Amino acid sequence: MIPAPFDFIQVDSVDEAIAAISEHGDEAKLIAGGHSLLPLMKFRLATPTYVVDINRLDELKYVHDAGDYLAIGALTRHCEIEKNEIVKTNAGVLALATHSVGDPQVRHRGTIGGAIAHGDPASDIPSALLALKATLIAKGSEGEREISIDDFFTGFLETDLAEDEMLKEIRIPKLPNAKWSFQKFNRRAQDWAIVGASIICDDSHVGVGLVNMHSMPFRSEAVEAALSNGANAEEAAELAAENTEAPTDLNASKGYREHLARVLVRRGLQEAGR
Amino acid sequence: MEVNIKINSVTHSHEVEPRMLLVQYIRELAGLTGTNIGCDTSSCGACTVHLNGESVKSCTVLAAQVDGMNVETIEGLAEGDGTLHPMQQAFHECHALQCGYCTPGMVMASVSLIDENPSLTEKEVREGLEGNLCRCTGYHNIVKAVLQASEVAK
Repeated sequence: MIPAPFDFIQVDSVDEAIAAISEHGDEAKLIAGGHSLLPLMKFRLATPTYVVDINRLDELKYVHDAGDYLAIGALTRHCEIEKNEIVKTNAGVLALATHSVGDPQVRHRGTIGGAIAHGDPASDIPSALLALKATLIAKGSEGEREISIDDFFTGFLETDLAEDEMLKEIRIPKLPNAKWSFQKFNRRAQDWAIVGASIICDDSHVGVGLVNMHSMPFRSEAVEAALSNGANAEEAAELAAENTEAPTDLNASKGYREHLARVLVRRGLQEAGR
Repeated sequence: MEVNIKINSVTHSHEVEPRMLLVQYIRELAGLTGTNIGCDTSSCGACTVHLNGESVKSCTVLAAQVDGMNVETIEGLAEGDGTLHPMQQAFHECHALQCGYCTPGMVMASVSLIDENPSLTEKEVREGLEGNLCRCTGYHNIVKAVLQASEVAK
């Protein structure tokens, strides 16, 4: 099975990439790891006229300790992040969520920026970035801007990125004293989460991000607020389905997903010491 | 567009459509049919090859993307005189296959796994091979073979 025909544009810098997507608008798609885009193209669910390959942009492959936060280049591959000691120490839930993506071959290709820019509610990584309250740096023809992770996802497979913008960096506040948990329920190894939860707790910060409980990656403000008001794990987890819009599909009904969210959030909070 | 891909230390140059998948290039243009196509949707792992030393599923990489890069396939593992790679030898000795369709991908994924972690536990082998499906349900002997090869590698 091969994709519909397209023109291939190889770029060697961020500026070249932005020039290409600025010129071609919604006819162009950036390809990073390609493990979401290529299957969509094979199924003809995506038929871009231009595919802009950004895999050679080494300037976007890094993990830096930037003082108060970790700076991760958008093209850093999952296999680098899951094993990175700075990530494991300061944003452990991101290392766990990243490790749970696909399989080793997929993680050799997939990138953090691609996982976020795809805007998939079933993806594990956005839940961790929601829990960690990450900030995203996007660059477009007008220059750079910061986007809070809470403003980034705007709908099913839709994000706040403009047609001429690409993700450049992910900034994560360092939480070395936090406890965390990543919970994922699926039926077979390697499958997408039916429901997942990223939990992070320390004295000043509680974060709860859910996988597959809405049309976009979802922060459970209800659980976070309950915890901040002194609820224990069982009490707070009862609110895990509040304001969600879980889908019904072949894997699970909406009601079952709501049940799973409550169970996984309870387990996650307990593992994170609440 | 023209792409040059070094496969098992031999550079291949071909004119390709941008939509050509790496696995097609390997099989149809380079003529190396040891790499199998299974699911074609990056689930089964039959098409696993090494790209610049790391395991990838070649059904989900474009040939155009790997222009100038190094690819290793199952044909590149054994030595010139036919001596099997330790992983191939272990699969042979442990009877780690039945129909053999998944085997090239299993072997390539396993070699990459050991390159990254030479002291694997059984659990790590099972987790590390979660991207490779064997429908003969032969996982038991595959895991045994990988653990045996990892002892040799040490």
